[in-house]
Amino acid sequence: MFYQAIVFLPLLGAIAAGLFSLRQQNSAAIAVSVSGVVISFILSLFAFAHVAMGGNTEIVSVARWINSGTFEANWQLRFDTLTAVMLIVVTGVSSCVHIYSVGYMHHDKAIARFMAYLSLFTFAMLMLVTADNLVQLFFGWEGVGVASYLLIGFWYHKESAHTAAMKAFVVNRVGDFGFVLGILAIFTLTGSVSFDAIFADTASYQNAVITFSGISLPALEVVSILLFIGAMGKSAQLGLHTWLPDAMEGPTPVSALIHAATMVTAGVFLVCRMSPIIEYAPIALDVITIVGASTAIFAATVGMTQFDIKRVIAYSTCSQLGYMFFAAGVSAYPAAMFHLTTHAFFKALLFLGAGSVIHALSDEQDLRNMGGIWRKVPVTYTMMWVGSLALAGFPFFAGFYSKDMILEAAYGAHTGVGMIAFWLGCAAALLTAFYSWRLLILAFHGQPRASAEVMSHVHESPNVMTLPLIPLALGAIFAGWAGYELFVGHDMAAFWGDSIFILPSHTAMEAAHHVPLWVKLLPIVLATSGVLGAYIAYVKMPHLPAKIASACGGFYDFLFNKWYFDELYDRIFVRPAVLFGGWLWRRGDKGTIDYFGPDGLSALVGRLSSRLVHIQTGYVYHYAFAMMIGVVVLLSWYFSGFGR
Amino acid sequence: MISSWPLLSVVTFLPLTGVLFLMLIRGNEESIAANSRLVALWVSGFTFLLSLYLYIGFDPEIVGYQFEERADWITGSGISYHLGIDGISMPFILLATFLTPLSILASWKSITHRARDYMIAFLVLEVMMVGMFASLDMLMFYLFFEGVLIPMFIIIGVWGGAERVYAAFKFFLYTLLGSVLMLVCMLVMYQMVGTTDIPALAAFAFSPEVQFWLFLGFFASFAVKVPMWPVHTWLPDAHVQAPTAGSMILAGVLLKMGGYGFLRFSLPMFPDASEYFAPFIFVLSIIAVIYTSLVALAQSDMKKLIAYSSVAHMGFVTIGIFTLTEQGIAGAMFQMISHGLVSAALFFCVGVVYDRLHTREISAYGGVVDAMPRYAAFFMFMMLASVGLPGTSGFVGEMLVLVGAWEASHWVAILAATGLILGACYMLWLYRRVVFGRAEKPEVLEMAALDRREVMIFVPLTILVLWFGIYPATLLDVMAYTVSDIMANVASDLSIQTVMR
Repeated sequence: MFYQAIVFLPLLGAIAAGLFSLRQQNSAAIAVSVSGVVISFILSLFAFAHVAMGGNTEIVSVARWINSGTFEANWQLRFDTLTAVMLIVVTGVSSCVHIYSVGYMHHDKAIARFMAYLSLFTFAMLMLVTADNLVQLFFGWEGVGVASYLLIGFWYHKESAHTAAMKAFVVNRVGDFGFVLGILAIFTLTGSVSFDAIFADTASYQNAVITFSGISLPALEVVSILLFIGAMGKSAQLGLHTWLPDAMEGPTPVSALIHAATMVTAGVFLVCRMSPIIEYAPIALDVITIVGASTAIFAATVGMTQFDIKRVIAYSTCSQLGYMFFAAGVSAYPAAMFHLTTHAFFKALLFLGAGSVIHALSDEQDLRNMGGIWRKVPVTYTMMWVGSLALAGFPFFAGFYSKDMILEAAYGAHTGVGMIAFWLGCAAALLTAFYSWRLLILAFHGQPRASAEVMSHVHESPNVMTLPLIPLALGAIFAGWAGYELFVGHDMAAFWGDSIFILPSHTAMEAAHHVPLWVKLLPIVLATSGVLGAYIAYVKMPHLPAKIASACGGFYDFLFNKWYFDELYDRIFVRPAVLFGGWLWRRGDKGTIDYFGPDGLSALVGRLSSRLVHIQTGYVYHYAFAMMIGVVVLLSWYFSGFGR
Repeated sequence: MISSWPLLSVVTFLPLTGVLFLMLIRGNEESIAANSRLVALWVSGFTFLLSLYLYIGFDPEIVGYQFEERADWITGSGISYHLGIDGISMPFILLATFLTPLSILASWKSITHRARDYMIAFLVLEVMMVGMFASLDMLMFYLFFEGVLIPMFIIIGVWGGAERVYAAFKFFLYTLLGSVLMLVCMLVMYQMVGTTDIPALAAFAFSPEVQFWLFLGFFASFAVKVPMWPVHTWLPDAHVQAPTAGSMILAGVLLKMGGYGFLRFSLPMFPDASEYFAPFIFVLSIIAVIYTSLVALAQSDMKKLIAYSSVAHMGFVTIGIFTLTEQGIAGAMFQMISHGLVSAALFFCVGVVYDRLHTREISAYGGVVDAMPRYAAFFMFMMLASVGLPGTSGFVGEMLVLVGAWEASHWVAILAATGLILGACYMLWLYRRVVFGRAEKPEVLEMAALDRREVMIFVPLTILVLWFGIYPATLLDVMAYTVSDIMANVASDLSIQTVMR
């Protein structure tokens, strides 16, 4: 019952809060949802002690689920070290965010519904991390997606909010497409979807192939890449990242919990969870490394130019997720998980701090309308400093340990892609420091740019909003130092046990401890330069950024418009799909099938006399449709011959 | 005591007693209408309870037919009155008896004109549906299969929208073509085997050449019912013109007659032809999934959009059946039941707002959530079930179908899985345009919240969709043995044929 309680208490909290919300009993809803998650967190601490520190793996059966023939996916919870780490991160950050939300959403009439959604999200995330098979993991995966959809669109009156919600869901579905196919491929390959059975003997599938139309591809590579496509969607990696910045339309606590600390890291978790398979897929590993490194640098470049305080942090999240992926790509899964954990603390801290700033400035999010408030919000200001120091990786803050570990591992991999990742990661580190201090300076320093009216209301947030920041700040300061030996240091092997698998020939983790001194020092130097750069550009010579922007012209626009991904997708996918659908309907259903079918039959007698004339209608779409029928025949033949 | 009753016949024909009562009702028009509703609801509700008794008595581990009843019909002709159920008909009978009282409840207020006749049509419709799923004689099956159309025609033609005649006519043309070909094939089979008994026909080994033609004849009829691309164009029109409850039954049960027919006739009787035509059916189904999803994107009429989504979902069903794998067939069965519940609920969602604003145009709405928050919640849930969210019934069927499809051909699975993305696009877009946003039109703001009757329809549907999503074993166990039996027969038949070749 102990283990079930961790997962299901937040669900009970969500259901109860949902019922209370129907009766507008806000305080009862808040009480049940907060206590459900907090109790779950306390239990998670015990689970962590038993599972991760004690080196035990617990499997808890709950019920049957989908059983058909040899296909078997049951409700079953798995608690190993990988899960235990995620439990602490998820329930810990979720508890802080729940409490913070009580203050942040105080004025919102729908706070009960909000709390219900938050708890529902927490439940889905816990199902994801405790899943013992891929299908249940997918349940959690989609569950967090729905919770995210509901929360991004929480203020459903806003056009931008529900547009962003829908975008998030649909873009994630593109990733899920890969995920589902990955599950299918694994099932055919191993005859199971349960982790124990899949991982029992992955080495034996090294020579297995999956055949597409006569082309044989290595099965493990295909599986790994398909699952990674799923991870790319959820973790907003380059190409499928477009939903994450827009997701900032949701209330800020949501951004902190879902779009920074937990849900977006699910992709990293998935890759680590599947390490016994991915380790045997060298091409997939390289793909993961390249995509991760590209995302890290891409998002950092965009983050430099944005003016919405939350979007800057969102791009920063995207960039940091890229770090985690390229760590996994060079087989440094423990480093990826380490950064995932420390990042959860300092990024949640940054978001909640940003929320506090937004709250103080009467819902202002534009950095251009901020400034000059640091004396008025000292706690928030301090917290943002702590978060930024940790994010930029200054010595002895959390990010220092985990981000450096990733860069060192990338260097230590001694592979071509590893070196690319290392250099791109270093460049991104410079930019990270730059945009972090740009944000700090623009938000807190200089002359106030908000209206006098807004400035007169600026106030520090209430305790219910500042207190949850303290554990997060402590984590941002100490998590790296405290976790180092366990996660990536001497006790690494004992700590992770069987939950992460690394081929003996993949030595990046080991080599990371023996890199030259300059590799260890470079990130600090770069981070310091980034801070100095921001100081010069925004304090010493405040006219410089505009000059550079206009000097770079097109390039600046390119960055400012997020590399035009949205515009591109709109042109090549969204609009054509709707237009094509309309065309099919008018020309296909109405213009051809009905025209020649029922409507045609009804006029058959009348038409018989002039049949020849009608066949030669001259309408292009009739011929197009005739061609489509031809395609049907052709494809049928094709599938019967080569499909298998 | 009760076990000695011909329970299956009782369940099938019980609604006729309701018809009798309805005819006896006297009074002014208003009281006739009120009493008709009550009688129809009670009779169909009681029929549902009795069918639950069938379910309790049904032993899923028995391969073969249960509650069998047989009587000579035309002596010495090989035609008999033969009823019985197995793992694939049991769920459909429950679906039909479950949805009928809900549909009657759904038409409580919207049907005021000739309510008595309307209720009679619905009860007769129920007899036809249950009878079709329970028939084990081909002639009986044919009579019920075609008989279903009569009350449905009347429901659309009398209580339908402005263009009901065009819609009914279109439906008629398509169905006629299919039925004629199926009837010819049935006659040929009767000539060859000398009986219309379905189990006997399933045991008879038709030669592959004969199977080829027979398969096509049956296919013509079943494909129209499913409906498969390109014979689907009757469906959007029929749905748009049908009253809400008519759409619920049409999408909920009538579309499943095609899928059921494939499982009852095509696979067991024509296994070689089924295998031969499988690639062709995959192609049509994949087109159905992608084409109709894209067409759904372009719709401005809510009902049409959901009708097109039905075609796409049924595309998964036909893929699943013809993968000729256990997961594929079980998935197709599950998808049919799930779609029956979800699409009925979605059509009811349209009906609820139609009753208030009398338009199905998406652009007439927007911001409905402010006036009807509970409606928004139910609609949201059903919308998510429709896009196959894990934890709802929609996911289980799709997942199993894809498992089977991947085994049959990787490309089929890949192309079908694009439906997951497209489905999310049109459903979420629909929901967003209807429910979200700021209600600017005064008439939308004044829409009444869900009343108790409407909640009573949503709640059981929601519970079942959720239950089947979380514990699908309730349904999968019922059909598992029958499905593997069908599979085993198909497989053994195919292997014999291979040896003979």
